Amino acid sequence: MFVEVRWHGRGGQGVVTASELLAGAALAEGKYLQAFPEFGPERMGAPIKAFTRISDGPIEIHSHVYTPDVVVVLDPSLLENPAITEGLSDEGKLIANFSGTPDEVRKITKFMGRIYTVDATRIAMETIGRPIANTCCVGALVKVTGLVALEQAENQIRQMLESKIGKKGTDANIEALRRAYNEVRS
Amino acid sequence: MSTVKVITGNHAASFGARDSRAEVIAAYPITPQTQIVELLSEFCADGTLKAKFIKVESEHSAMAACIGASAAGARAYTATSAHGLALMHEMLHWAANGRHPVVMANVNRAMGPPWSIWTDQNDSLAQRDTGWLQFYCESNQEVYDTTMIAFKVCEQVLLPGMLVLDAFILSHTYEPVEMPDQELIDEFLPPFDPPYKMDLKDPHAFGALTTPEWYMELRYLIQEAHEKALVKVREVEKEFGETFGRHYGPLELYRCDDAEEVILIAGSTASTTKDAVDIMRKEGRKIGLARIKLFRPFPNKEIRDIASRVNKMIVIDRNISFGNQGIFFNEIKASLYQTKHTPPVYGFVAGLGGRDMKIDDITGIVKQAETCNIEEILWWGVKL
Repeated sequence: MFVEVRWHGRGGQGVVTASELLAGAALAEGKYLQAFPEFGPERMGAPIKAFTRISDGPIEIHSHVYTPDVVVVLDPSLLENPAITEGLSDEGKLIANFSGTPDEVRKITKFMGRIYTVDATRIAMETIGRPIANTCCVGALVKVTGLVALEQAENQIRQMLESKIGKKGTDANIEALRRAYNEVRS
Repeated sequence: MSTVKVITGNHAASFGARDSRAEVIAAYPITPQTQIVELLSEFCADGTLKAKFIKVESEHSAMAACIGASAAGARAYTATSAHGLALMHEMLHWAANGRHPVVMANVNRAMGPPWSIWTDQNDSLAQRDTGWLQFYCESNQEVYDTTMIAFKVCEQVLLPGMLVLDAFILSHTYEPVEMPDQELIDEFLPPFDPPYKMDLKDPHAFGALTTPEWYMELRYLIQEAHEKALVKVREVEKEFGETFGRHYGPLELYRCDDAEEVILIAGSTASTTKDAVDIMRKEGRKIGLARIKLFRPFPNKEIRDIASRVNKMIVIDRNISFGNQGIFFNEIKASLYQTKHTPPVYGFVAGLGGRDMKIDDITGIVKQAETCNIEEILWWGVKL
């Protein structure tokens, strides 16, 4: 197995954290991984990308990701951007934070592969109380791809967030992850 | 038990300095290095690392503070990048000529103008003749490991050492990094105990005016120390490998046993080249990789050994010495002069200013080397 994930969002939405979260969970399962942001300056609100590579064997490659297997879009306002489907073949998967159906996303993106939607902003508002969609999108990705186990993602959230935002906020993020896992639509 | 963390190359450098028990850290922030000293300042603030953190107003002062600390017998560490390294230039000479084994991480970043924050090797290679040891790392694990290897070698030969990591490709990329038990590290790297230090009870003069009668002898001793450093790097890397299970070496050979041609490259592009070598091998090409880890002292013996076994060498430089050629290319050719077996050496300049180096670029370069004119500088991917 060698899977490349590309994350799209805006600066400040936790895009890099999402890529790191998936990487950490993969490590806990004994897999090899690499996670990195788009190289360069990051500005709040500007479109940004991050990447995660997961493999059964050691990862040597250190170039950018050009042909991702999975694309995750954290911000619905980016779906019209052609960069979303760049390099993504029809064999690939597109996971979008979107309140509507996968067919609606297909109309916007013209992507012909498999599309999944999750109303991550609403779930985040109801659990975390802020429109931070990153942990929800990881939940949806875990369900759709099975790259890591759900509990491994939960452990990783606890490990990464608890010392920074406390137990209450961490629990809310785990709840968001689980809800997105269960509510993702295909 | 060792622990594994998913961390950036920058933080691998910070943890490396922490676990090497650096005692004085003086640094000035610069993109893309800032995270290295940020985390170290946190370690100092919360007591995780019992070191003095000195805030300074420039990189020149950072190195000056490290030199002072080292002269007083402390294990001194700093980190910088590109223009910060250039500003340090005077002090780099002072550190080496004064025989102060300061260790520094330099995040390879292209020099401006035009302003760039992305990787190439011109910043560190421009410091070639300052007397510093230079180690080019390929992965975050190697950044962590090389910090303690550098301290150990440098303190034995009393020369400063620079470990080099690519901007963003390593500095901002998360990879798993294994950190061994501190007890094992302490055994591998005992406290710094210099033969001479600034000591009120046993005073010495440091860096005093030296007339032509003795200056040259002091330079001879630095060259001798570099020759000794080459032997030490081999020894220390072997010991590191036996203790921690990871071995790099001054020139790391990958699939070179029966290779007829070999690619020579330094830095993180070398790891991408390993994948490219695997692909070309599958197509039946007898090709290997010789990754240059150590640039100063230059591993002449290792370079000559591999040259004697192949029919063609392809050097990929992420740098250029304007008015001449790629810097590794020149060094390698000089290394082979008047040796018995000198295969043709092709020099490509590629990936400047962070231009991405993909597997296709490596295989493309190898293909172009079949037909190109060896007399010319071979620019790869220039749109002019």
